[in-house]
Amino acid sequence: MLDLSKRKEMLGAMLKVRAFEEKLNELYQNKVMFGSPHSYRGQEAIAVGVCSALVPKDLIASYHRGTGHLVAKGADLYRLLCECIGRLDGYSKGRGGKMHMGDLSFGFLGNTGTVGATVPFATGAALAAKIRGSREVAVSFMGDGAMNQGVVHEAMNFAGLWKLPVIYVIENNLYAMTVSLEKSVAVKHLAERAAGYGFEGKVIDGNDVELVYHETLKAADKARGGEGATLLECLTYRWDGHFGGDPGTGYRAREEIDRWKERCPIRRFKEKLIAEGNLSEAEFEKISGSVYAELEEVSAKAQASPLPPKEVEIESVFAEPELDSANLRASPSGRGQ
Amino acid sequence: MFDKTMEAVALSGTVKEMRIQEALRETLRYEMARDQRVFVMGEDVALFGGAYGVTRGLLQEFGAERVRDTPISEAALVGLAVGAAINGMRPVVEIQFCDLLPLCMDQLVTHAARYHYMTGGRISVPIVIRNKFGTRPGGGPSHSSCNHGAFIPFPGLKIIVPATPADAKGLLLSAIRDPNPVLCFESHHLYGVKGPVPDGDYTVPIGLASVRREGKDLTIVTCGGMVLKVDEAAERLKEKGIAAEIIDLRSLAPLDKETILKSVAKTKRAIIVDEGPIVGGLTAELAATIQENLFSDLKAPVIRVGAAFIPPPHSGPLVEAMVPNVERIETSALRLVGGK
Ligand SMILES: Cc1ncc(C[n+]2csc(CCOP(=O)(O)OP(=O)(O)O)c2C)c(N)n1
Repeated sequence: MLDLSKRKEMLGAMLKVRAFEEKLNELYQNKVMFGSPHSYRGQEAIAVGVCSALVPKDLIASYHRGTGHLVAKGADLYRLLCECIGRLDGYSKGRGGKMHMGDLSFGFLGNTGTVGATVPFATGAALAAKIRGSREVAVSFMGDGAMNQGVVHEAMNFAGLWKLPVIYVIENNLYAMTVSLEKSVAVKHLAERAAGYGFEGKVIDGNDVELVYHETLKAADKARGGEGATLLECLTYRWDGHFGGDPGTGYRAREEIDRWKERCPIRRFKEKLIAEGNLSEAEFEKISGSVYAELEEVSAKAQASPLPPKEVEIESVFAEPELDSANLRASPSGRGQ
Repeated sequence: MFDKTMEAVALSGTVKEMRIQEALRETLRYEMARDQRVFVMGEDVALFGGAYGVTRGLLQEFGAERVRDTPISEAALVGLAVGAAINGMRPVVEIQFCDLLPLCMDQLVTHAARYHYMTGGRISVPIVIRNKFGTRPGGGPSHSSCNHGAFIPFPGLKIIVPATPADAKGLLLSAIRDPNPVLCFESHHLYGVKGPVPDGDYTVPIGLASVRREGKDLTIVTCGGMVLKVDEAAERLKEKGIAAEIIDLRSLAPLDKETILKSVAKTKRAIIVDEGPIVGGLTAELAATIQENLFSDLKAPVIRVGAAFIPPPHSGPLVEAMVPNVERIETSALRLVGGK
């Protein structure tokens, strides 16, 4: 059993993930945000359950619905929000937007808008950890739809073959944009596919933050112990549309959405803690209040921050050659934290 | 605004105002009804009607066998289209945006494009791949590329870039009926633009550019979403007493060298305007073609106005800095005509 302060931290983290998504949506509605949000509401238990089970030097690779992962892994909210709204102070200086970031200071390998593209990156990061014996675990977050990209199969085969310390976390929210899982795959569970690569696959309740935590911890221990990869298929649901302009109702039944909202991961965890006598409504309100207040503050600051200057920096397309020899040792510190 | 072929058709039938996505949809519907071999597949094309609404209603009309939602599997999608085409069908595939074309590059350029030649002409691959392109704020490095020019150097591929609703219909119809793989680039900036579209059966030949506006002082060659900016620049130039001739390429492969060279031979000055990168690709190909053929006629070197050589950025000011704008086109034109 997890200690209480850790559990409350996880509750707060889920609230923070949700508050961030709600803020993004508001900024999109107010035309402050460039591009469209991909709301993570409803899936908070996965980002928080997984990231809470990792140590800071562990790595995650994310995807288009990625802001939740970054908040949970410990991104700086101001820099994250700045990037979403295209400001200079953002993680990518406004160049990448919420789908194109990366920052190793908090173990974030990166994300991109091409579905499935980062799955081999996480796998390769795990390979690096194995080669240098540094015991980091790499987590690859992906949607259910990503499982149909060729490169994902290829990467998973490597992971099985070389026993790489990687965890594939599939956030099965039952839809890829508007196409349901049933119309995309012939198997019942995506986790079945793991058998074909020679590692373990499990289907778990992705709305139960503690379960996600424990399963991730097991998989991470296994990975660190040299026993290779695990695939965790986390069943969940996205509450909102696929992107900002999509009401999300054209291809999903109202009752289905309502049924899943009943299983809200935050409310479930809160009620569990209350039922155990470990949390009061007042305390919950206090945690929630401070999370939302923090976001208001960050949002005001981000909106007052400068846009990038209107100029083309061709030089910055290439990195500068590495001159100091300190990086030549294949150690995690070579990552330039 | 139409070229001569179009005018002839327009005179003979009725003309409706519609947006490009409606024109594309009408074309798919028309050809699916006419030719049982035509079918549509892609991510979200059936139930949802396509990420940009082009295939809306087709599922209801033609059923799930011929209008297919697919898994997110671009490489296989194109490969399957090749197989279906070889086996007698005419697949029209939607790839949601052109940034995803590199995922199916091998199937497309190494195999589909070469099949006819490498099988000694025994097997042809009549597939159409529709996709969206265009750089815009918020699209960022993986959702707003303009890689249409990158496919020019692959023999066996045809490329169309419609810029008006009428051309969208005429070109798409040609593409579906063409026995070769055709890439159709639909500009993000133009989906909502309305224009007249003739009814009934007419095609715009692939490989025929259109003279969008006649002028004697310089030729501006362009395609896709950039036509809007070039139109605006031409208006401004007109106020300054300069008459620009505008050529809308409509097809990038094959390229209509004849129309381009004829125009430049007349005006003796040329600017190539493209939303894609200025390095390599379309602008380079055209500038070289013009200079190779008309070197001694030219009164000034050909100028290229294209996107800066950086990945498409996310933030608005960076996109503005990257993509050609009306001012840049106008200034280049003024520089080109100089003392005139
Ligand atoms: C390779 C690729 N194909 C298509 C798209 C367009 N697209 C963006 S998100 C998405 C659905 C992704 O579904 P899933 O992987 O299940 O993640 P979810 O959005 O459900 O979180 C699609 C089709 C894309 N970005 N990349």
